[in-house]
Amino acid sequence: MPKMVLAGIEIEVDEDGFIQDPDKWNEAVAKALAETEGVTELTEDHWKVINYLREYYLKFGIAPMIRKLCKDTGFTLKQIYDLFPSGPAKGACKIAGLPKPTGCV
Amino acid sequence: MAESRTPRVDELEKGPWPSFVKEMKRAAEKKPAAGDLLRQLDLSYEEKVGHWKHGGIVGVRGYGGGVIGRYSNKPEEFPEIREFHTIRVNQPSGWFYTTKALRSLCDIWDKYGSGLTNFHGSTGDIILLGTTTENLQPCFDELSDAGFDLGGSGGGLRTPSACVGPARCEYSCIDTLDVCHSLTLEFQDFLHRPQWPYKFKIKVSGCGNDCVAAIARADLAIIGTWKGPLQINQAAVAEYVKNGLDIEEEVIERCPTRALAWDAANGELKLSAEDCVRCMHCINRMPKALKPGTERGATLLVGGKATILKSAFLGWVIVPFMSLTPPYTELKDLMGRIFDWWDENAKNRERIGELIYRLGMRTFLKEVGLPPVPQMVFRPRANPYVFWWPEEVKRNA
Repeated sequence: MPKMVLAGIEIEVDEDGFIQDPDKWNEAVAKALAETEGVTELTEDHWKVINYLREYYLKFGIAPMIRKLCKDTGFTLKQIYDLFPSGPAKGACKIAGLPKPTGCV
Repeated sequence: MAESRTPRVDELEKGPWPSFVKEMKRAAEKKPAAGDLLRQLDLSYEEKVGHWKHGGIVGVRGYGGGVIGRYSNKPEEFPEIREFHTIRVNQPSGWFYTTKALRSLCDIWDKYGSGLTNFHGSTGDIILLGTTTENLQPCFDELSDAGFDLGGSGGGLRTPSACVGPARCEYSCIDTLDVCHSLTLEFQDFLHRPQWPYKFKIKVSGCGNDCVAAIARADLAIIGTWKGPLQINQAAVAEYVKNGLDIEEEVIERCPTRALAWDAANGELKLSAEDCVRCMHCINRMPKALKPGTERGATLLVGGKATILKSAFLGWVIVPFMSLTPPYTELKDLMGRIFDWWDENAKNRERIGELIYRLGMRTFLKEVGLPPVPQMVFRPRANPYVFWWPEEVKRNA
């Protein structure tokens, strides 16, 4: 498993750059992950999405469906893409330190 | 002569037919990735196990779909395919290209990828097989500059596809190419930014021959049809008979609803238009003599899919006839209501056909505002039960 140095600590990530151990996540790690996804600054709106995803994940053990994410945060999907250009799964979930969402091809 | 490193896949070079192994060996002369790909495949044939990891998430900026992450699980052994992502490119309606467009596609893919392509995947897209994470964005940027866009993947709208339609086929009752293009543009956001419980496929066929197999493969099938009698050129029918067509055996007897009769004495083909189910058999057999009727449109079917949670489904008729003229407002409005109902009610990875199966056709029809009609029944007396909504039942005072 490859390792990345994020916010000064060495963390195991998978080949897509998702961190493997959610407990290693903190705000500094989030900022470091954000840079790998083309997000240079984490604003209040970014944190609203990130915190929602983390809380949902810690409660249910999976990432929410996208309709739920939009409803609960009040953002449209377009606004989510404006915040996270690589999208909710590859961008927002990665920055929030969730394991890689399993999707279908 | 050196011993082949891929003895098992080499077997597939034998015989007079085209061989993907031959083509991949040719590609390997230019691109080492194609060689590693063959060697990994050979290993898979030996061990009877696949060597791709499941489910990578890679992509390009602003899009949530169109790229499928692929990683070899033996990267030390096959370093050239350590990263071997697939790019789906939206095909033109009906798969018509100029040679210039094909050359520009291939030049871009030679520059950024393995050079291996698949024209076309079962969704209809152009499939570009094998590139690295680093090359995805520049490859997409050049494709975009050349006028191409990515197709769909993941839990969203998949690239709509259509038969060649009126461009090459006189049977087509609708402009399949324009319908497909117009729907692709209208619903682009659902294509590029997957947001639904699962995949949704749209296929457009010009007539009941259904050359893109929409009824079996598409969550929404749009199939050209007509109202009223088919058009008969009696002189041309007589010509077929004169030239040896056994019209009784090959046409009349094979009409599934017995809608045709042959008056041999007067040399006249008689049609009972109300019995015709527009199956296309007689038209296929006598294309010079018979044509679809003049009032043309499409039948809409919903729910076709392969086996996943439930068994394979064919689509159900939900609208027996809809006129289709640009900008297709009635169709697009209905699709919007269908997407919304499905997205609101489906569980994760539940196709629309499975949701209708779970909640009932009458619920679906009520929620999307469609009236139940006899054409939805498979055949007369197939289902004797009618379930009324309570508010529809008039009680005696």
